[in-house]
Amino acid sequence: MPKIMIPTPLRQFADKKDAMEVRGTTVGEALAELTAAHPDMKKNLFTDEGKLRSFVNVYVNDEDIRFLEKDKTPVAAGDTISIVPSIAGGI
Amino acid sequence: MSASLSNEEIGRYSRHLIMPEVGMDGQLKLKNAKVLLIGTGGLGAPVAMYLAAAGVGKLGLVDFDTVDVSNLQRQIIHGTKDIGKKKVDSAEETMKDINPFIEIVKYDVPLTSANALEILRGYDVVADGTDNFPTRFLVNDACVLLGIPNVYASIFRFEGQATVFCKDDGPCYRCLYPEPPPPGLVPSCAEGGVLGILPGVVGLIQATEVIKLILGEGQPLKGRLMLYDALAMKFRELKIRRNPECQGKCTVVKELIDYQQFCGVPHQEAPLPPPVASTDIAPQEVKQLIDSGANFVLVDVREPHEYQICKIDKAKLIPLGDLPKRLDELDKNADIVMHCKMGGRSAKACDLLRASGFTRVRNMTGGILAWADKVDPTVPKY
Repeated sequence: MPKIMIPTPLRQFADKKDAMEVRGTTVGEALAELTAAHPDMKKNLFTDEGKLRSFVNVYVNDEDIRFLEKDKTPVAAGDTISIVPSIAGGI
Repeated sequence: MSASLSNEEIGRYSRHLIMPEVGMDGQLKLKNAKVLLIGTGGLGAPVAMYLAAAGVGKLGLVDFDTVDVSNLQRQIIHGTKDIGKKKVDSAEETMKDINPFIEIVKYDVPLTSANALEILRGYDVVADGTDNFPTRFLVNDACVLLGIPNVYASIFRFEGQATVFCKDDGPCYRCLYPEPPPPGLVPSCAEGGVLGILPGVVGLIQATEVIKLILGEGQPLKGRLMLYDALAMKFRELKIRRNPECQGKCTVVKELIDYQQFCGVPHQEAPLPPPVASTDIAPQEVKQLIDSGANFVLVDVREPHEYQICKIDKAKLIPLGDLPKRLDELDKNADIVMHCKMGGRSAKACDLLRASGFTRVRNMTGGILAWADKVDPTVPKY
């Protein structure tokens, strides 16, 4: 099954889990499973219109889905989906 | 341009000079290099110390902050004796002690759209170690306009990100993240905390990339986002692609803009006074209520690990995240006062309760920090 990696700032919305295995065959399905399991995650990942927020990037393995097929990007067993939100901390 | 090293410098840099990847040519490149560090905090501290030690000839420091005791858990360039000093002065003292052969230029000002180009111009490399989105975008845009590589890193709790932006045809920050998050959605280190060692590891990735750019050696961390997770002790690498519309030339950054507005935060120059709503209650009034034996419920919405640091005895702990599930523990008609560390989370908690039909909810202004200041000085501040 593909695995979604949950970044530190969003773990509070996912019962502190750092990863979740999903059944979906596309990125869109996989993220829908994640937000169904953890509804609080939804507003942090998607706008009210259901679009991925522009300060959150999603990768399949090491490639940004904006340069693949976006939420239609296929995922299969062994793939890692990474959610990478922007963080600004430095001091 | 320095064309040679003194005998003292040769002795100092001998471990560099005997490596073919640095050698005399490389050490002279370092000596003639000009690097600007934005921020001398968690990330800036190790970067400044190692670049000073390595012999980078001119190091600019931009920081208008003063050293606070809570900085010392990670900002190792500053010491206990420096509390209250300007960070640029304290940093300069440490760097001069490490290496008296370098020049340090201090900019004791906030970086703004009005001064950024003037400050950055003439530097070969910029290392961005600031702590907020407006400055991140400002530094990026100024680097794009001036064509200066931007060695970037950011940290949160026990996770870090690092990359090199604006290097030749590589991507910039806006290629990675076109827009900032709305205020309040992504917590800062001051709100979310940071493992003290984390900026050391991540800052030294930055310092390494700065040195490599100056020497022209190795593969720069360009077009690659390095993610570091200290708890898992894992490094992962993701690709950063340049915006397809920007091939050859950036089409997004035309000039510096109002970054506070861009990031949706109020202007720092003219902070709006906090609204004094009738639903607010000062810590002193809460104390009076407690002393008078009034019938009310005080709810602390911080996290359990914060409650361990300090608490108000009467307070019942319900972390903000648990509140929706635990509303049945509170009486809708009771007098309720909510508090947190500084008043932000408890304001959200009050909104949540009101939206759920609670009518007599008040927010203790300034949180437990204000309680420590105004009511009970024995309560530690964190």
